[in-house]
Amino acid sequence: MTALAVAGLHAGYDPDLPIVKGVSFEVTRGEAVCILGPNGAGKSTMIKAIAGLVPCFGGQVRLGQTDVTGLAPHVLVRGGMGFVPQTENIFTRLTILENLQIAAQLLPKPERADRIGAMLDMFPDLAARPGELAGALSGGQRQMLAAARALLTEPQVLMLDEPSAGLSPKLVGQVFDTLRRISEAGVTLVLVEQNVRAALTLTSRALVLVDGKLAHDGTTDALHDGKLLGELFLGHRATEIAT
Amino acid sequence: MNPQAIIDGLIAGSTIGLGAIGLTLTYSILRFANFTHGDFLAWGAYLTLTVAGILGGLAAGLGAPVYPFSFGWGLPLAMFGGVALTVALTLGLDRILFGKLRARGADAIIIVMASFGASMALRSLLEFIFTAKPAYFTKALQIAKPLGLGMRATPDQLLVIGLTAALVVALHLLVTRSATGRAMRAVSENPSLAGVYGVNVDNVIRVTWIIGAGLACIAGVMAGLLVQIRPYMGFDLLLPLFSAAILGGIGSIPGAMLGGLIIGLAEAFAVQIVGAEWRAAISFVILVLVLMLRPQGLFGQKGA
Repeated sequence: MTALAVAGLHAGYDPDLPIVKGVSFEVTRGEAVCILGPNGAGKSTMIKAIAGLVPCFGGQVRLGQTDVTGLAPHVLVRGGMGFVPQTENIFTRLTILENLQIAAQLLPKPERADRIGAMLDMFPDLAARPGELAGALSGGQRQMLAAARALLTEPQVLMLDEPSAGLSPKLVGQVFDTLRRISEAGVTLVLVEQNVRAALTLTSRALVLVDGKLAHDGTTDALHDGKLLGELFLGHRATEIAT
Repeated sequence: MNPQAIIDGLIAGSTIGLGAIGLTLTYSILRFANFTHGDFLAWGAYLTLTVAGILGGLAAGLGAPVYPFSFGWGLPLAMFGGVALTVALTLGLDRILFGKLRARGADAIIIVMASFGASMALRSLLEFIFTAKPAYFTKALQIAKPLGLGMRATPDQLLVIGLTAALVVALHLLVTRSATGRAMRAVSENPSLAGVYGVNVDNVIRVTWIIGAGLACIAGVMAGLLVQIRPYMGFDLLLPLFSAAILGGIGSIPGAMLGGLIIGLAEAFAVQIVGAEWRAAISFVILVLVLMLRPQGLFGQKGA
């Protein structure tokens, strides 16, 4: 069953200069997909457009069977889409608990405390000091709080924009271990990532974006040796997947 | 030095503080210096006066003073109407002006200039409708009662201080303990992220206008009750309001209140020390000193 479908998406900040140019793909429920590509390929812009943070100039985004193109982020979250931005993905002036409480407002009142408790169980680092300001957390702990916040509402699709950005290799390992657990729990994952090696170990399918267009859509097996990726990233492969 | 300056400062500071709270909320959540805020105070006072007049026409007994105050039940009742109408005014202004500019992604300076223009229009409209002649909620005279230590205050003045304290505590609890307050703090820190968390940012903006307008109206009524109502009353308060909001730290409700009290006390003492003609300069001096020495204010955070 399709969890997320993107068809002919054009998006960016200026209608005359779209950054994402006619991208189409589908993600099935429970699948883990990574979106790769060189710097400036439009990966983050695309995921932000899907999440309602960047204007869509054309095309369609469907969450399940529902057309959610261009809807405001808070409407998409209520519809079952979770998004974790690359940076500034938690409220640093609020406590850890308050960060979770804001997200929990979307749930029926009787469920809120239980879901917050479940997230604190899943992330023991956060449970140790819920009253502490989130700004005091380390980079890895911030990513965990951001993931906990997004998971709290049990989204149909969880999208993450470069969760490894700015983290030490040890913390990258921790974050990806967490994401692996989330994926194994059946959550549909869409991951934009520059850390190709880490992304390929987590996901089963990769989309490669080059200059705003989809240049590859296939299993991650084909990318492990790096040859095809090198061709795609360096522009030696002219083949584009028709959209 | 006469200790009466303390009471005078607290009374003036109450009005300034309440006004500054609305200003600081607007500044931190909508991210622009709202020059119309002073005019919301004046409009709030005039709208309350209008409602009080209508109520007085319907039931004459409502105007009779209730001991020990100088006004009758009509004024607090009218203030509810005044608050509602001031809220409607601000939401209407946001709908036709500020909201449209936000939707276009206008720079903050454009929105500030728009608020400056709207401020002049609102003030002129007030003068056109009500004339520049001062108006009063009550003409009853009150005798200030001794409070000890050489200080005196009228019951109306003490009520203003008490009501201000109650409103500040209630608002502080709302912002720090409630879901609405958490959402407001979230939008203040990062509006885009708040949307990703599921917060309806437009609703938070509406709540901010409602709180700001409500407090502005009450501050206007207080100023009108203790002094007089004039179309320029809000404009004259604009500099003290900005000084208090910046002194307290943008986004901080206790900070804005404390800033208001400090400005009020500084003005009152300045009257005794250097003369009444320097009163207005005090806010400006404090504003400049804060911007130079501690731009984040007393309770603000750097970069906020």
